[in-house]
Amino acid sequence: MLRLMAFICGVLFGLGLLLSGMVNPAKVLGFLDLAGQWDPSLGMVMLGAIGIGLIPMQWGRKQTRSLLGAPMCMPTSRTLDRRLVGGSLLFGIGWGIAGICPGPSLALLLSGHWQIIIFVLAMLAGMVLFNALESRRTR
Amino acid sequence: MTIDWSNFTPWTALLGGLLIGGAANLYMLLNGRVAGISGMLGSLLEKHGEGKGEKALFLLGVVLSLLLWWVFAEGPVVQFETGWLGLLVAGVLVGVGTRYAAGCTSGHGVCGVARLAPRSLLATLCFMSAGFAVVFIVRHLLGA
Repeated sequence: MLRLMAFICGVLFGLGLLLSGMVNPAKVLGFLDLAGQWDPSLGMVMLGAIGIGLIPMQWGRKQTRSLLGAPMCMPTSRTLDRRLVGGSLLFGIGWGIAGICPGPSLALLLSGHWQIIIFVLAMLAGMVLFNALESRRTR
Repeated sequence: MTIDWSNFTPWTALLGGLLIGGAANLYMLLNGRVAGISGMLGSLLEKHGEGKGEKALFLLGVVLSLLLWWVFAEGPVVQFETGWLGLLVAGVLVGVGTRYAAGCTSGHGVCGVARLAPRSLLATLCFMSAGFAVVFIVRHLLGA
């Protein structure tokens, strides 16, 4: 049941990305271009996505079990550190170069654009690189 | 700043956002998890890790959503402004950066900000600022 619901949630999430237009890198870059012809669409997406979550997410944070009885695996860390800031800046630089973030890259994986294949392979390589750096750090 | 009215799509953007947030809410309420794409991908690439089945199926759902989209609609419109080298560099930066930050636009930007989590608010501020800065440099200083 948990797995079926995870799949359904993933499909809905992907449909939302496709409908929102945020799978189009030009549209994302149009939002990030404050000094040029500014396309506020991404702001509307965030408004809708965050707005609908304000109450449920606050409620869910305080629960110990999900509605299906699964344990709540919500983030508990409250540390504001260099990893968080540095990582987010690196991510933002990559996002600003290509206009693609992880969600849209997966929603477009089957679209047949070679650009997406390159991006996703590079992104996975980056994640593997992170794992390698981490295992060196902790050894 | 001038608003690009010809490309602004407020209603599909808002509706898409509601669907994204709704799916994230549902996943949190039913599965007790954060709908963060980079976190799920990263977790699947690690040797140890829990809930891999649920994470893999969520991601599979995102990938297959395009097939369902094609049943009802054309497109979607996808225009790239970056060559292969840019995509390669961007991909690596997104991969490494989201793992250090423990989240991306979905985990921090949508779920974390809705939860008003301090880490996610800071992360979102950082990646948004970096994105604005890079586009300013590329489009207005380098004039690409």
